[in-house]
Amino acid sequence: MVLCAHFSAATSTSLQGEGVLGGKRPQGGLCNWGSEGILGQSAGRKESTSYPPVWKPKCCSLCTVIFLLITLVWVLLGAGFLNLRNSRLGRQVGASEVGGELDGPQAVTLSRMVYPQPKVLTPSRKDVLVLTPWLAPIVWEGTFNIDILNEQFRLRNTTIGLTTFAIKKYVAFLELFLQTAEKHFMVGHKVTYYVFTDRPGDVPRVPLGEGRQVVVLEVRSYSRWQDVSMHRMEMISNFSRRRFLHEVDYLVCADVDMRFRDHVGVEILSPLFGTLHPGFYGAAREAFTYERRPQSQAHVPRDEGDFYYAGGFFGGSVAEVLRVTSACHQAMAVDRAHGIEAVWHDESHLNRYLLDHKPTKVLSPEYLWDEQLLGWPAVMKKLRYVTVPKSHRVIRD
Amino acid sequence: MRGHRLALGLGFCLLLGTALCSLWMYFENWLRVSYVPYYLPCPEILSLYPQPKLLEQRPAELLTLTPWLAPIVSEGTFNPELLQHIYQPLNLTIGLTVFAVGKYTRFVQHFLESAEQFFMQGHRVHYYVFTNDPAAIPRVPLGPGRLLSIVLIQRHSRWEEISTRRMETISRHIAERAHREVDYIFCLDVDMVFRNPWGPETLGDLVAAIHPGYYAVPRQQFPYERRHASTAFVADDEGDFYYGGAVFGGRVARVYEFTRGCHMAILADKANGIMAAWQEESHLNRRFISYKPSRVLSPEYLWDDRKPQPPSLKLIRFSTLDKDSSWLRS
Repeated sequence: MVLCAHFSAATSTSLQGEGVLGGKRPQGGLCNWGSEGILGQSAGRKESTSYPPVWKPKCCSLCTVIFLLITLVWVLLGAGFLNLRNSRLGRQVGASEVGGELDGPQAVTLSRMVYPQPKVLTPSRKDVLVLTPWLAPIVWEGTFNIDILNEQFRLRNTTIGLTTFAIKKYVAFLELFLQTAEKHFMVGHKVTYYVFTDRPGDVPRVPLGEGRQVVVLEVRSYSRWQDVSMHRMEMISNFSRRRFLHEVDYLVCADVDMRFRDHVGVEILSPLFGTLHPGFYGAAREAFTYERRPQSQAHVPRDEGDFYYAGGFFGGSVAEVLRVTSACHQAMAVDRAHGIEAVWHDESHLNRYLLDHKPTKVLSPEYLWDEQLLGWPAVMKKLRYVTVPKSHRVIRD
Repeated sequence: MRGHRLALGLGFCLLLGTALCSLWMYFENWLRVSYVPYYLPCPEILSLYPQPKLLEQRPAELLTLTPWLAPIVSEGTFNPELLQHIYQPLNLTIGLTVFAVGKYTRFVQHFLESAEQFFMQGHRVHYYVFTNDPAAIPRVPLGPGRLLSIVLIQRHSRWEEISTRRMETISRHIAERAHREVDYIFCLDVDMVFRNPWGPETLGDLVAAIHPGYYAVPRQQFPYERRHASTAFVADDEGDFYYGGAVFGGRVARVYEFTRGCHMAILADKANGIMAAWQEESHLNRRFISYKPSRVLSPEYLWDDRKPQPPSLKLIRFSTLDKDSSWLRS
């Protein structure tokens, strides 16, 4: 309100001196205080040589209008800016509901499509379980029609983020990783590769398809490979909060020392998904390599556990990935404070989390396989994302 | 000095604008937090359950996943205790709409009694009984956390009219009332009874049930509306399953949009002087092709007792009562 006094004083002075506005001054009734404002006082004293101590109310309406206009402009700017962000955020709240279960944002109209009729009395796969006991789909080849799913996700203009860590010598894996991702990962959809590395100069330039980009994020490295692995959780959660929430709808967190050799698409997308570890999909839960020491936050008793999930391929909506990575990071911090490190590091903590927070989709081992170790059993109709042979000794120093 | 004051003035405006913006962001954040989490939290103390068997060879049973990865729910696909453990803490309220117009009020007693025994045990339930004759609705004793509301509606002369108006009535009811009172809502036919548990395995964003008469039949034989003039038209090479009009549901917001869409399509047909072959069921089926359900219920959840129960259906949960249709519809 004191502001008004300044304006009226300023304009009045100029008017008095030059008669710029001339004519009548607008009648205002808003400013009818005396010249006692803190600021007004000092100003008043300077200017009031030729002025009565009580400001005239007439000029106040004009400055009030200017004042309100400027505030309005600021608010509109802010609103516009926030709306831009909201178009991303609004997607987040709803995006959790996309896909099979939980079709988040109001479903979109599918155009006419022709495909074979699903048969109620004929299961798509007789040799494997395709639905978990909590009714989450287990994604195997043959269970889904990619055309329907592609249409559902394309209509929502879904953007997928793929995070991967290329620390120290692991930058060598990037080229093959990105090249094969270009061929097989979410083709036809908008993709952003988030490459976390301590050597941004060594990130190769890989030709990218339309709607796809690489974002290089420089991060610190750790001397122990176990620490590199575990701190991925912390870094993903930090960047999710600061950045990914506004840029993509879904996040897929993948190991870099792998390559895509067959289709990996939107069939995997859901609020929270994990992948069955290729070494344990047929094993009894007692044989799962959970962390068994009760002192650790990742502890799982021998009679508990649904599946053993792999730490190298998980994801979901950005909000859910933020939750899982934050929870794992905090759990690992607690363990560190107690001087204990889980047997399989971030993978152990991920398994504990997914036991408490059941994933909404589970990916079959097709989505993370090691052909050298495990061959190609009949139950795997496709090998989609496979290890690249490497010497652990060489690469981890 | 003039400039000094002007600068101060502008600075103040800047402060005010920033304050408004941050207030805006704060409230935005505050509002954004209130939504149901999408992972399924599992409490620590959990009754032990057997490990799911990934590689088990099983005899030919029902399809358990649609091609768009929506679960098809039937006995044996889920663990009821596990699901109960997961859904109980979410403190959900499930709405159940049922229409009892004219002579159909005689079904309400048996329907509600069976619902009290089998429908969403352990959860909060709100029955909405739509009727033109509230006095004819019997007072059925309800368990704790379960409410019943009677909603007065107009009775129409033709039974087809009553049937097709359901979509409009449901969408309006959700907009006016149900969206504040329930999280999920199911819209069921009243001339049926629950015979076995119907629990949170049925909860999903948009839920449909497979019609018991057509689950083993090729799509060309589905009784879709086949006249091009109708908005419910389905071509010979389209269609996944034939869904029953007697059971559908989901999240309140999704059911609102679904019923509203069906109602609009019905209105368009009315304007063209056409009524679809199976009234609102035809429109429901048309809509479920374009807006695929996120969860599908096997015919266990919508059965016709006149049919012999096949071995692939293990547990009939909701089925027809034998009735004389011609008398009822007069």
